[in-house]
Formats: sequence, structure tokens, C-alpha cells
Amino acid sequence: MWTFFHKLGSPPWLYAIAGVVLRWLLPITLIALVGGMIWGVLFTAPDFRQGNSYRIIYVHVPAAVVALAGYYVMAIAGAVSLIWRIKMADVVMKAAAPVGAALAFIALFTGAVWGKPTWGTWWVWDARITSMLILLFLYLGVIALYEAFDNKEAAGKACAVLSLVGMVNIPIIYKSVDWWYSLHQPASIKFTGESTIDPSMLYPLLLMIAAFYALFTCCLLMNMRAELLQRESRTQWVKKIAAKEGKR
Amino acid sequence: MSLSTAGTPLLTAQSLGLVRGGRELFCELSVEVHGGQLWHIEGPNGAGKTSLLRILCGLSRYGFEGEVLRSVTPLYLGHQPAVKALLSPRENLQWHVSGEGLYRDERIDIALGRVGLCGYEDVPSHTLSAGQHRRVNLARLFLSSARLWLLDEPFTAIDQQGVNETQSLLASHVDGGGAVVMTSHQSLQVKCKVHTLSLRHGVIA
Amino acid sequence: MSAPHTGQFCVLLLRRQLLLAMRRPIDIANPLLFFTMVIVLFPLGLGPAPDKLASFAPGVLWITALLSNLLTSDAVFRSDFDDGSLEQLILAPQPLFLSALAYISAHWLTTGLLLALLSPVFALMLNLPGSALVTLVVSLLLGTAVLSLLGGIGAALTVGLKRGGMLISLLILPLYMPVLIFGSAAVQAAVTGAPSGPYLAILGAMLSLAIALAPLAIAAGLRISIDA
Repeated sequence: MWTFFHKLGSPPWLYAIAGVVLRWLLPITLIALVGGMIWGVLFTAPDFRQGNSYRIIYVHVPAAVVALAGYYVMAIAGAVSLIWRIKMADVVMKAAAPVGAALAFIALFTGAVWGKPTWGTWWVWDARITSMLILLFLYLGVIALYEAFDNKEAAGKACAVLSLVGMVNIPIIYKSVDWWYSLHQPASIKFTGESTIDPSMLYPLLLMIAAFYALFTCCLLMNMRAELLQRESRTQWVKKIAAKEGKR
Repeated sequence: MSLSTAGTPLLTAQSLGLVRGGRELFCELSVEVHGGQLWHIEGPNGAGKTSLLRILCGLSRYGFEGEVLRSVTPLYLGHQPAVKALLSPRENLQWHVSGEGLYRDERIDIALGRVGLCGYEDVPSHTLSAGQHRRVNLARLFLSSARLWLLDEPFTAIDQQGVNETQSLLASHVDGGGAVVMTSHQSLQVKCKVHTLSLRHGVIA
Repeated sequence: MSAPHTGQFCVLLLRRQLLLAMRRPIDIANPLLFFTMVIVLFPLGLGPAPDKLASFAPGVLWITALLSNLLTSDAVFRSDFDDGSLEQLILAPQPLFLSALAYISAHWLTTGLLLALLSPVFALMLNLPGSALVTLVVSLLLGTAVLSLLGGIGAALTVGLKRGGMLISLLILPLYMPVLIFGSAAVQAAVTGAPSGPYLAILGAMLSLAIALAPLAIAAGLRISIDA
């Protein structure tokens, strides 16, 4: 058992294990995503008030949920690399940042697309969208800080500190924005979505959320593999892989 | 010269290794520094002497292999003189951020006199030259009560008389039971035994 | 000569930073001048109608204070990094997070405090009702202290980078946002006659959290930056 964890600390083993996991996780993810989308789009009834445009929640909500969870993955990986000096945790953190940022962007984009037919505007400053925007800024800050350092080991440590600071701040930011929105909310229109959701809509949503978690993991693993290859580009095991790929 | 090697070493380095830019600067470097020893780290330019010194004093905490243990707080004089241009030399020493000690005026006067800055104690440091800044930094050696000194090129931009003064100071510090680890291009002309640490070959003498 | 104990050392650092700031008064005046000029931008951009200005005044004052604070944050550790004093500070036997707290306190005393005390002048220029002036000052006193602490984190992480400038803004503006929300809300409440106490209390809570945690992040950031 301990040897397994110990092996995770070595780049070629982590690369291989990630590859094995991807081999079965990728098909499952695709099936879940496609299945969930089909279920949500074709096999559920249109919403009472919003008609068919509500179906975007099958992408919007999972993206938002996983974008937030992804930040915690990144911050915890950063903490592990900082406190226990495990170098591979550094790789996880660096790989998670762009994936999480992309999901946050997808959530914002789909939120805007949802807004247009429903409320007539491309952008509304409601609590969730605003919080997601701030989350995107937090992600971009981590990515920018990483790129600014020449010494990549220092970059990893700095980003770990920044992600932890962000992690502490996220509940504060979310609560503040929630509160801010309730203060300034125009009395007539309520932008926040349904608080009660019909079970027939809930189950495909849950499936999509699970599918997005799996998608995050797949993207994370693929990114990690790429990062490992880049970091270890001068070692033997990478040269062997490059030679093998070159022959194909 | 009988070395006071009894007791714990002031500084222990075990199997230090450093790779920078694909080049291995040093590996499996181990050294024990006891009171009463003067260590000279030698190596060509860019060989990693400053990096080694930074690892030994604790500024570099990761990115290298091996372990460093210090049993005392060292005094470190690095490449930069740590002199604030807006403060006078006296104020720089009085308000020094190394947290070492609160020095009385007379001691500061004596120290600045010893480094050849008599009469310059209270002028703003931005009027002083780079060499004079380095001498203000060296004045700390006369004030400090730290047992272990880690010095990076302490003789840079100092004239010959200053170099002689400093070398005799190092010798007397070592005689008094302190230890010095330093890098220098120049060969040392000190009255005590000099231990040499080569980056490539480890402990030579 | 024994090493000064931690309290003495922090006081020494505080006095040193204040002395350095006072030797270069233009560095203290610059953020205040910036604040003034940005305040002038708002009537120029929005039109001088008094009631319109008054309705935006709480937000405008707070946003401008935030931007001024952002500008000065970068410089907290930079000069010490450039001349090698930061290395010495890190090697000092006293706890680095308390030293960092001393630096940030000096920063706040020379930026946020002055801004808060001068804010009523600008508030009157924007037609903020007199009843809200005390709340404005208190909210800025508490808020700029939090901003200084958060700015210190950004400064510590970027002090070793050559192109620090814009990056520090990207890092700390998201963290500034909750402070802005409650700070301007406090002033807005005072304008409408509602109790502003709860908002000020929340700012106080943020300050307590920041004082407790930010110095640790700052110390970690400084160690990382000096080693890079």
C-alpha cells in the first residue's frame, strides 16, 4: 500500500498510473456526458416558465459546481506540496488551474447564453454569476503568478500560497456577493433560479454533474501527463516515450 | 592550533547537492563547522559559491538535496550591503533589521571608525559610494555577538588597508571561539589555519 | 549585547519604516494626490449634478480608496528587497510574521490612516450627507487596514519579480472585493439613516481574520520570493 503511494511520487510511475486511469475513465466520461445531455435535452419536459431554454442548466450548473470544487483541488494540492514537500502535488496543482479556469469560463458563457432568451440581456449581475466571475479572476491570478516566475519551483510554492489564500477567501467572497446581491436586488425581477427542481429534471442534472467531475479528472490527468513530460524532458524515460511515439 | 571541537558543531551540512540550469554545481557535499575554524569556500566564478552560502545560512530552503543544521543564528553578509540610502550609517546600524542587537552609540562610533568611516557616521547614505556602503555592512562584524559568520565576498570594493583590518578581525573572531565560513576570490592572509572547501572536491583541508 | 526580544524588535521595525517614509514625504503625498485626482474624474465623467454625485458618493469614495491602496501596496517590501535588507530580515531570529505585521502597520499608518482622516473633505466635494461622514471615516479606517494586509500578501509574492506591477493588481483585487462590498454598504446605510453598525462589525471581523492569517501568508511569500 505504501509502495503505491511512494510510487506516485516518482514521475514515470505517476505518468503510467495516470495513463491507466485515463484509459477507462475517458470512455466512461464521454458516455456519461453524451447520455446526460441526451436525457436532459430530449427526455425531460420543458420548464413551466422558461420553456426549452432552461436546458442549458445541464451544462451551466455542472460547470459551475466543478469549477468551484476544482479550486479546492488546486488549493489542497498546493498545500500538500508546500507542507509535505511532495513534488508531484505541485504538478497536480499546476495542471488543475487551467482546467478549473476553463470550467469557470464555460459556466459564465452558458450563464450568459441562458440569460438572453430568459431575461433579455446577455449579462446580469446576479450573485452566482458575479461570484463565478470572481472565481475566474482567482484562477487567472494563480496562472499569471505561475507564469511570472522564472524559477518554476518557486512558482509552484508561490501559487500554493496564493491558492490557499484564495481558498480561505472563497467563502467570504461568496457570502459577501450573496449579501450584496440581496441588498441591491431590483424588487421586480428575481434572477436566481428555481430553488425547487422537479425530480425528472434533477436526475439528469446529477448525472451531468458527475460527468463533469469525471471530465475534470480526465482533463486534469491529461494535463498532468503533459506537464510531467515537459518537466522531465531530459530524462531517459521521456526520451523512450518520445521515441516510441515517433515510430508510430 | 588546537581546535575547540568539543561540543556540537555550529553548522552541519550533510550531502548537499545542487543542480542549476541542467548543470550539477555540487553533490554529496558535507561539512561540519566548529567554533574556532575559518572555512574558505573556493571555486571559479559562477561555480555556485554564493548558492552554497545561501543554503548554509538558510535563505535557500528548497531546490537542493541534503540537509543543513545550524545550532546558532548566523551573521550573514551577502552580496548586497543592505544599506538604506535614506538613513545615515549610524541609523542603518542602529535600526538594522537583522534583529541581532541594540547597539549603543559609542559602539557604533567605534565600529564605523574601524572600517574607515570616521566622520561619515551621520551623513545620508545616498551620498556615499558603493564601497562605503560595503564598509557600513562590514561594521556589523565589529558589533555582532554572533558566533557563526557567513560572509560572501567580504573584501569586494574594499581597499588593501580595509582588507588587512578585516582579515585580522576574522582571525581574532576565530581565536575567540567563533567560526567563519566565507567565499573570496583573493587568497587569505590570516594568522590562523584556513580550512578549504572546494565545490568540486569537497573538504580539502 | 543580546538580541532584542520580539516586541522590541517589532517596534524598532515600525519606527524604522515610519522614519524612512517621513524622509521621503512625496511617497506619502502621492497616493493622496492620486485619490484627489481620481475623485475629480467622477464629476467630469458623470456630470456635476449634485444629487447624482451624492448617490454614487459612497461607492466612488471607497473604490478610489481601494485603488490608491493598490498602488502603494507594491512598494512595501520592494526597496528592502533591492538593497538586500529583506534577506537580513528573513534571517533574523525574531518570527518573520510579526516583522511582516510591523511593516504592514507602518504602511497603513502612512497610507490608509491618512486617507481615512482626509476622506471627509472629498466626501463633501461629492455631496455626501454630513450624517454619513463619521461612518465613512470609520469604515475606511477598518477597511484600509484589511486592504493593507491583503496588499502585503500580493507584495510578498511578487517582490522578487521584475515585472511585478500589474500582476499584483490581478492577484489582490478579487480579495479586495468583499471589503469594498461592506465598506460602501456601511456608508450607504448611514446615508439612508439605517444602522451602519452591522457592516462596520463585519469589517472588523474581516480585519481580525486578516491580522491573524495574512502575516503568515506574507512571511511564506517573502521566503519564497527571496529564494527564487
